Amino acid sequence: MNLDAKIPEGPIEQKWTKHKMALPLVNPANKRKFKVIVVGTGLAGASAAATLSELGYQVEAFCFQDSPRRAHSIAAQGGINAAKNYQNDGDSVRRLAYDTVKGGDYRSREANVYRLAEVSANIIDQCVAQGVPFAREYGGHLSNRSFGGAQVSRTFYARGQTGQQLLIGAYQALEKQVNAGAVKMHSRHEMLELVVVDGHARGIVTRDMVSGKIEAWAADAVVLATGGYGNVFYLSTNAKGCNVTANWRAARKGAGFANPCYTQIHPTCIPQAGDYQSKLTLMSESLRNDGRVWVPKKVGDNRAPGQIPEDERDYYLERKYPSFGNLAPRDISSRAAKQVCDEGRGVGPGGRGVYLDFADAIKRLGKPVIADRYGNLFDMYSTITGEDPYTVPMRIYPAVHYTMGGLWVDYNLMSNLPGLHVIGEANFSDHGANRLGASALMQGLADGYFVLPYTISAYLATAKQPKVTSDHPEFKKAVDDARARMTKLLSIKGKRTVDSFHRELGMLMWNKCGMGRTEASLKELLAAIPRLREEFWRNVNVPGSAESLNQALEKAGRVADFFEFAEVLAMDALDRAESCGGHFREEHQYEDGEAKRNDAEYQHVSVWEWKGEGQAPVRHKEPLVFESFKPSIRSYK
Amino acid sequence: MSDKKIKLKLHVYRQASKGAPGEMKQYALEDVSPHMSFLEMMDVLNEQLMNKGEEPIAFDHDCREGICGMCSMVINGKPHGGHRGVTVCQLHMRHFNDGDEIFVEPWRAKAFPVLRDLVVDRQAFDRIVAAGGYVSVNTGGAPDANALPIPKKAADLAMDAAACIGCGACVAACKNASAMLFVAAKASHLNHLPQGEVERYERVKNMARQMDEEGFGTCSNLSQCEAVCPKEISVRVIAEFNRDLLKAQAK
Repeated sequence: MNLDAKIPEGPIEQKWTKHKMALPLVNPANKRKFKVIVVGTGLAGASAAATLSELGYQVEAFCFQDSPRRAHSIAAQGGINAAKNYQNDGDSVRRLAYDTVKGGDYRSREANVYRLAEVSANIIDQCVAQGVPFAREYGGHLSNRSFGGAQVSRTFYARGQTGQQLLIGAYQALEKQVNAGAVKMHSRHEMLELVVVDGHARGIVTRDMVSGKIEAWAADAVVLATGGYGNVFYLSTNAKGCNVTANWRAARKGAGFANPCYTQIHPTCIPQAGDYQSKLTLMSESLRNDGRVWVPKKVGDNRAPGQIPEDERDYYLERKYPSFGNLAPRDISSRAAKQVCDEGRGVGPGGRGVYLDFADAIKRLGKPVIADRYGNLFDMYSTITGEDPYTVPMRIYPAVHYTMGGLWVDYNLMSNLPGLHVIGEANFSDHGANRLGASALMQGLADGYFVLPYTISAYLATAKQPKVTSDHPEFKKAVDDARARMTKLLSIKGKRTVDSFHRELGMLMWNKCGMGRTEASLKELLAAIPRLREEFWRNVNVPGSAESLNQALEKAGRVADFFEFAEVLAMDALDRAESCGGHFREEHQYEDGEAKRNDAEYQHVSVWEWKGEGQAPVRHKEPLVFESFKPSIRSYK
Repeated sequence: MSDKKIKLKLHVYRQASKGAPGEMKQYALEDVSPHMSFLEMMDVLNEQLMNKGEEPIAFDHDCREGICGMCSMVINGKPHGGHRGVTVCQLHMRHFNDGDEIFVEPWRAKAFPVLRDLVVDRQAFDRIVAAGGYVSVNTGGAPDANALPIPKKAADLAMDAAACIGCGACVAACKNASAMLFVAAKASHLNHLPQGEVERYERVKNMARQMDEEGFGTCSNLSQCEAVCPKEISVRVIAEFNRDLLKAQAK
């Protein structure tokens, strides 16, 4: 597997500038001869599809939702980081890059991260020009707040709906291009196969989710902006439709899957209420700007929170991490919550929860200020739980939220399969082993607006591939494969529903490969997954037909792919015998419970190559070189 | 809060495919936890149906936290169930009583054809946005974000309107199946900002034309749309839209 990262030479501050000059260009008249397929219309996909078509490429965009505006980027609440330094508090491109590399526990590619920080300021300019209604001060200037893992205020926000507003900005830019005839939009279409011709990614196969029609689409390049795989855990903050299928199908065609074990468990989610639970709801990290996290000092203290006096409360984040306090990064806050709950000091049903208390902030600032900052989040909490967070502290617990791993890409955001580009959460490059808050929106839009539109020309200008159409035998074969899989799933007619398998897989993943992982738990998991997968293919019940809108069939295809992917995730977690970021191997910790990284052996990206069903995948390595940000023990104390 | 499980009798609209005849079908459900969301209750019902060898009820849903705008059910005659400021996915069963009969139907509007059961086609909304619901700016070359201060009041008014999630409840609630609240919210979001001001009058004309072409009715002026809007968008955006449309037509 060729894993040349193609990192440009020179000082980190000049790499992107020099690289842009060195990139071959496609002249405007030739751009319209190239067709680019973009799968997924979240922040990365919508911004890329709009921008590529503005440049003159023909774009075909696909999403499984009924409208491109509904991709799950929409649910991001808190904000987007940018190194604007509007607050004059010492922020800079370098500081944002440093925070992100450190936040990722020195497991990201620093050149990519630096570029991300560099273009971050352009994103805010672009979004404001599009009419994104960011929060403003009375003087009319943009307002900022702080997020976890940073000691400066660099987060821009639009109430608690930042993802929604940024996505609508990108969606509107996309619809502008649809109106101009420059983008063909296919909603309710799910990608089922990647088509590779002569070693190059040349198209995809989709299923029309209304008619069931399976179709092939040919192009000169394929862009996957298909998000993360958090739903392998069944319960997560992801939308129900989020899945790994597009990425996994690409991996099966030869694209390397990088660092699948890096999964982010978000500390502030509403705890699970019952077995029927279908998803977990995130409460934005921004709440930790004003909320204080605590549990009772005494084990088994069942008093109502208001009855517990101040000196019997343990504000454990403030106690353990005095300099970052309640704004400690996500992985650290999540583990700290698990620790106090494991000690028996958790609150709420089942003892799986901690308090997020706004009483002090309300006393200090008044209820109207808190309502202005977090009103919609408080409303959301009380809608779901039936409790009033203005008077009773919120109960929160960690939940699977984001996946840092993804398809391997080089500096040009191209995978090891020529022509296949991967952007946003779907790739692996920028967040290392842990993502900082408000950085996902930044990365999605950076990739889509400002990186891929430049770097894709490096491929298109030099690939010199003959035109192909969907009549090519590889396309026909991919269509047949997709159809055969649907037929197989429908023909099993077993006794268990798709969801029951998905739930069981998710429970296994959470218990054995969740916030804490051990060699033993991972080995158990690796024994359990194939057994359950085998039962799935023997005993799943998928009713209905392939030629109609069939939601059970859609889910079955996705869960089938999760079953294969889960095994690789577990193998990666077992292989990485160190703790870093969201990957916490319990054997590898310091005495105080902090993660113990092992740079000597694991300062690399693990890239997994699929070798076929029944064959063990092979792990390759891309060594990580840190020239600008020297790895150190990550401390937030 | 009570943890007592409840029994329900559900009447759900079923339609096999686009254009096929539909019917209300009756289902009984026991042991419904008050902590469940309405969609989780539907999941449980679907599991039961599949375990009996029947096809599940198709319904749109995705984020299940009230922001994607995908879920769309009329519950007992009210889009999203009639609680202020919530989508179906945020509606919890604690609002129902033991023995309740619940009627579940899709959005009904000529411009939103039913695709299956409770799933409707809302692409008309995308086409209305494509007709003018944006600022015509390409990527690159934008001035510094703070170069143009925007009064907080204007930014807040824009944000109030921009909160629309495009679910279509406003259309489902309107006896004329008018899309005015959706269309006017988009226009209001952009028209309150200096970036959107330039195309203001063209925008309202083009969006209004597309809305008519899609087969949405005329505004009923009854404000049912505002009552059911999960984001509580005010009908003031419709007044703004009508004013701008009149001005645009006079130009």
